[in-house]
Amino acid sequence: MNVVVCIKQVPDTEQPIRVKPDGSGIEEQGLNWILNYYDEHAVEEALRLREKHGGTVTVVCVGPPRATEAIRTALAMGADEGMLIRDPLLEGADHLGVARALARAIQRLTWDVVLCGRLATDDNAAVVGPALAEFLGVPHATAITKLEIGEGAARVEREVEGGAEVLEVQLPAVFTVERTINEPRYPTLPGIMRAKRQEIRTLTLADLGLAPSEAGAQAARIRTVRFDPPPRREAGEVIRPESPEEAAERIAAFLRDVAKVL
Amino acid sequence: MDFALPEEYRLLQQTARAFATAESLPQAARLDEEHRFPGEIVRELGELGLMGVLIPEAYGGAGSDALALALEEISRACAGTGTIMAVNNSLVWDPLLRFGTEEQKRRYLPRLASGQEIGCWCLTELGADSDATGRRTRAVEDGSHWALNGTQSFVTNGREAWFCIVFARSEPVQGSRGISAFLVEKDRRGVMVGRAEREIEINASSTCEIRPEDCRIPKENLLEGRGQGFRIALSTLDGGRIGIAAQAVGIARAALEDALAYAREREQFGRTLVDFQAIRWKFADMSTRLGAARLLTHRAAWLWDRGRPHTLEASVAKLFASETAMWAAHQGMQVFGGYGSLRDCPAQRYFRAARVTGLYAGTSEIQRILVARRLREGGGP
Amino acid sequence: MGEIWVLVDHAEGQVRRSTLELLGKGRSLAEARGARLVALVLGHGIEHLASPLAEHGADGVLLADHPMLASYRVEAYAHAATEAIREHRPWAVLVPSTANGRDLAPRVAARLGAGIVTDVEDLWTEGEQLMARRPMYTRKAVGTVAFLGEGPHIAVVLPKVFPPAGRQEGRSAEVRRLAVHWEGVAVRTREVERREVRRERVPLTEAEIVVSGGRGLRGPENFALLEELAAELGAAVGSSRPPVDSGWVPHDYEIGQTGKTVSPTVYIAVGISGAPQHLAGMSGSKYIVAINKDPNAPIFQVASLGVVGDLFEIVPRLVEAVRRAKARA
Repeated sequence: MNVVVCIKQVPDTEQPIRVKPDGSGIEEQGLNWILNYYDEHAVEEALRLREKHGGTVTVVCVGPPRATEAIRTALAMGADEGMLIRDPLLEGADHLGVARALARAIQRLTWDVVLCGRLATDDNAAVVGPALAEFLGVPHATAITKLEIGEGAARVEREVEGGAEVLEVQLPAVFTVERTINEPRYPTLPGIMRAKRQEIRTLTLADLGLAPSEAGAQAARIRTVRFDPPPRREAGEVIRPESPEEAAERIAAFLRDVAKVL
Repeated sequence: MDFALPEEYRLLQQTARAFATAESLPQAARLDEEHRFPGEIVRELGELGLMGVLIPEAYGGAGSDALALALEEISRACAGTGTIMAVNNSLVWDPLLRFGTEEQKRRYLPRLASGQEIGCWCLTELGADSDATGRRTRAVEDGSHWALNGTQSFVTNGREAWFCIVFARSEPVQGSRGISAFLVEKDRRGVMVGRAEREIEINASSTCEIRPEDCRIPKENLLEGRGQGFRIALSTLDGGRIGIAAQAVGIARAALEDALAYAREREQFGRTLVDFQAIRWKFADMSTRLGAARLLTHRAAWLWDRGRPHTLEASVAKLFASETAMWAAHQGMQVFGGYGSLRDCPAQRYFRAARVTGLYAGTSEIQRILVARRLREGGGP
Repeated sequence: MGEIWVLVDHAEGQVRRSTLELLGKGRSLAEARGARLVALVLGHGIEHLASPLAEHGADGVLLADHPMLASYRVEAYAHAATEAIREHRPWAVLVPSTANGRDLAPRVAARLGAGIVTDVEDLWTEGEQLMARRPMYTRKAVGTVAFLGEGPHIAVVLPKVFPPAGRQEGRSAEVRRLAVHWEGVAVRTREVERREVRRERVPLTEAEIVVSGGRGLRGPENFALLEELAAELGAAVGSSRPPVDSGWVPHDYEIGQTGKTVSPTVYIAVGISGAPQHLAGMSGSKYIVAINKDPNAPIFQVASLGVVGDLFEIVPRLVEAVRRAKARA
């Protein structure tokens, strides 16, 4: 049971994020780059599959050279191998371009399941997973909260509005995982020191047999043209009621008449 | 001179910080209040490999600067957990690694790394504290055994530890050369554990008396050799001091970060506290001293890691870091004002934790004596 | 050609509210371009949906009505949607951001090589170009995205950002049935079970109303007050960071930079001062109600309704007031 996990390195959004004054992006000074939280859950799920069914866990990442750190985090958690797809021609690629590159790399591997985090916390797009499944020509399910592998098929659970559904999906398949699927393990110190010595393969678009017109900026069908800080909320009304009863009435009235939730 | 953290240390620091924030921090106040040992956290630290950081890299360990980084993160969240981790790593592991036989290492190190068991260190007696040479605990040869008798005081982790390093007088000579180091499994017959001391600080980590009473241990449990005990103790204490320095840096950082967060929110006289210069300058000073303490600690750890002499640097780091922690925690409480003295407020916990860093692993006065001695001998600053 | 399409979200024989919101927005886009607004419905036994769709502004309704589409399976839906889009070549396709919408749209985009933007909060045209705005970096920034090339442009739109289209009774639309070709189409997913989840506790990130407590609650036992209010409101309970750090509530209650990000319709902040780290987790709320006895608490700068007072006096009475208001409704 060989599992491939697609990961992304993103800025830690628990630290302050500042938009550049010219709106061309966010300030990179002082950013703490980490493995996308959702991908930690994907790596964890892959490790659990390996513990249960044997096989290997390979991590694939599209990113700049510093993304090797994210791959090392996954290796330190216990992944067997890491691969970085890194090419300046991928600058300006859209999600479909990234998915095409990932698909090409994964097609050369022997694999049964591809796992990704449901979304990445930089652009929150949640596009690469299903697009990757399309390019690999396999079925997919997104935002799964439970995964079990059986004979030739997987049983997954996902939440939909008003409930949950259980699906049986034929393998090979791509799944994107929700954070509630598991509790990721911390990398251990021995894992970190071992990961330091592991070799990470690097691939370019040329290595993948992809032309820039297929995956790079030329192929992109969207472009983020501007970044702005989030809208500042305006203060509403601040009241100092005479009594707690009046306060309660005013709040209930607000909930009923303005927010319309009662 | 490269001040950049190697990639793997950055990951270790991130991991230690994530663990400390998610697992330790939510419990720290309660552990302190209830004087409770964080058994589950210690086991998890063991699983992460943080209870035996100094194992050779070939076995999955890292160096002493990794220990300093991890200790700072753990101590920032919970000083008590930091103490437990520091003692196990630098006072128990380290001498075993450096002076133990293959057999002794094989028998004790794996269990002590796992977090399932921890160790403790018995050097202090009521009458022999800063002056350890005056110790009265005796070890007498008896056939294939040693018989230990005496009372060790202020043993950190004494109640929970499975394993102790006990220093006892074994030779008929006075002074330091008569002392040997012994490896004692606490569940042996004849090891009495006294009641836990009622401390005012770092309450998650307990201290108690350990009293060997006619405790017989096999001859093989002598560490390194007869009369070598004091030498082992002194060299181990250097590393121990670096651990405490890292802990103090963590406590100082906790004091700074919490006070800063508070000052950003709290408004008086129409402005937030952080708008007042008097308060801003406190933070500037806290940050400056914290940075210096951290660098001194890492320098000492770097030397320790490479097997270079580090007695002077360890004392400098411990002295400066502990005094920085005490001063920063004091400043932190000032920022919190009256609220700072309430049990609800973490500032008072940092204040108490910082205070003991100036006392154990050698008081500040002892550190000054050590530094001055080196200078007198012609060593550089 | 060049039409604005809305992919219809329907359940239990009804068009869902999200579709009406997209029809409203679709209408204004269609008018700006002088194009038609068309609703695409995938499912089985769905003809009766044409009429409400027409009444809410669709000029045309395309029905892909087939047993293969009786319940959502991504490969079946992707096939039908892609065939329809390839045949009719709309300029833009608006998809509601539901669990299945998010599951389907990226696959369709990949199959078509189309531009796709998700979590869309606003949509407009600049000349010939379709533009979208979406939150990024867990809502710490807002991105303006341009769709490039000719289309189709796929926009997956967040709920409650556009007002629903009004109803014009008796309005009609051109209804066409799509013939979907199923030969050789592999559908490798099977629905095993579907569960209605009646959770006692609504997950924080899905709740419409969140009641949240901070340091001002003074101790763990006082969270019971909030639980009572939440029960009355059908709300989820959360907290700022200090109660979590003090061990009063478990970590999964935490809302803020080191906890969850929520965007309910109403966020009731009780005894919370409003530190930036906390605001980061709830500033996406539509309405913020704050109760705090410190008139200088920063939360009052972002509250839609700020109440200066003693939460221990107010909250129990609020429970009563809510109960009475619900009874009268």
